[in-house]
Amino acid sequence: MAADAGKVDPMQQFQIEPLIGEAWEIGGFNIAFTNSALWMAVTTLLLWAFVFGGMKRELVPGRWQMAVESFTGFIDDMLEANIGKEGRKYLPYIFSLFMFILFGNLLGLLPVGLVGLHPFTFTSHFTITGVLAIISFSIVLIVGFWKHGFHFFSLFVPHGTPAPMIPAIALIEFFSFLIRPFSLALRLFVAMMAGHVLLKVLSSFVMDGLNYGIGTSLMVAIPSFALMIAISALEILVAGIQAYVFALLTSLYINDAEHLH
Amino acid sequence: MDPEAAKLVGAGLAAIGAGMAAIGVGNVFGSFLESALRNPGAADGQQGRLFIGFAAAELLGLLAFVVAMILIFVA
Repeated sequence: MAADAGKVDPMQQFQIEPLIGEAWEIGGFNIAFTNSALWMAVTTLLLWAFVFGGMKRELVPGRWQMAVESFTGFIDDMLEANIGKEGRKYLPYIFSLFMFILFGNLLGLLPVGLVGLHPFTFTSHFTITGVLAIISFSIVLIVGFWKHGFHFFSLFVPHGTPAPMIPAIALIEFFSFLIRPFSLALRLFVAMMAGHVLLKVLSSFVMDGLNYGIGTSLMVAIPSFALMIAISALEILVAGIQAYVFALLTSLYINDAEHLH
Repeated sequence: MDPEAAKLVGAGLAAIGAGMAAIGVGNVFGSFLESALRNPGAADGQQGRLFIGFAAAELLGLLAFVVAMILIFVA
């Protein structure tokens, strides 16, 4: 559905535009450097700078080192609680995953539109979250089959299932296992997209309310603007929670692969 | 009914799912808070489970949102 002239199109913010190299192709696929790739690069650079600034290894940490260490400690504790002592070796992956999603979510919320830049939330695209989920799922499969061989399939039969129930339970467990990457990717993508669409819809209320006159300005525009500020605060919370949930569920799935159940 | 109108009605009906998910998420956090106040010592150890419950309840509401978006913008 195309937006009418003069209206805010809530979907326009998710448009992927090529910035340089519109004609670059590999095997018939366009590989232009898009705004999505740009914001991922910005996220990676900021994340690198953030972690690099905290790697001084001082005995008495300064503020910066403390900030980085509290993040790594947070993920380390989560892995310890969910996987146990074997969880340590997944710390680099889970930490990168968590910080990449967190930084991506927060960068997409930055009000840099005020200075003319167009922030792009790459986590609001199923292609990005899907690839992240596929990486997590591949790690689960590789670790599971590497460690347990074909015994990994006993994941589909929980311990102590009565014999007549085994076919039905195995089928259900199998589908619930296969659906994991989809639910993992879908949750992050939809949560980010929903929040950004909501903010844009509210912003269109504000603009239309102001345009129609003083009455609608007072009755519509100002309450909508107040709601927008509140929703922005909620979005910052959601950005953190979704990054945490993605990392938490990945570590739970890895725990299944490490220990079966 | 006009197909265009039916799409919008369907999208509106899908919003019921978002409201139901709100009940679910509220239930998860409400029950957690209730039991955390009874036994504050055990609360910190259950935070992982809290967020798993939250994620499961929230996902179903987000699916309702996806249905609405598909009806409005894709179908």
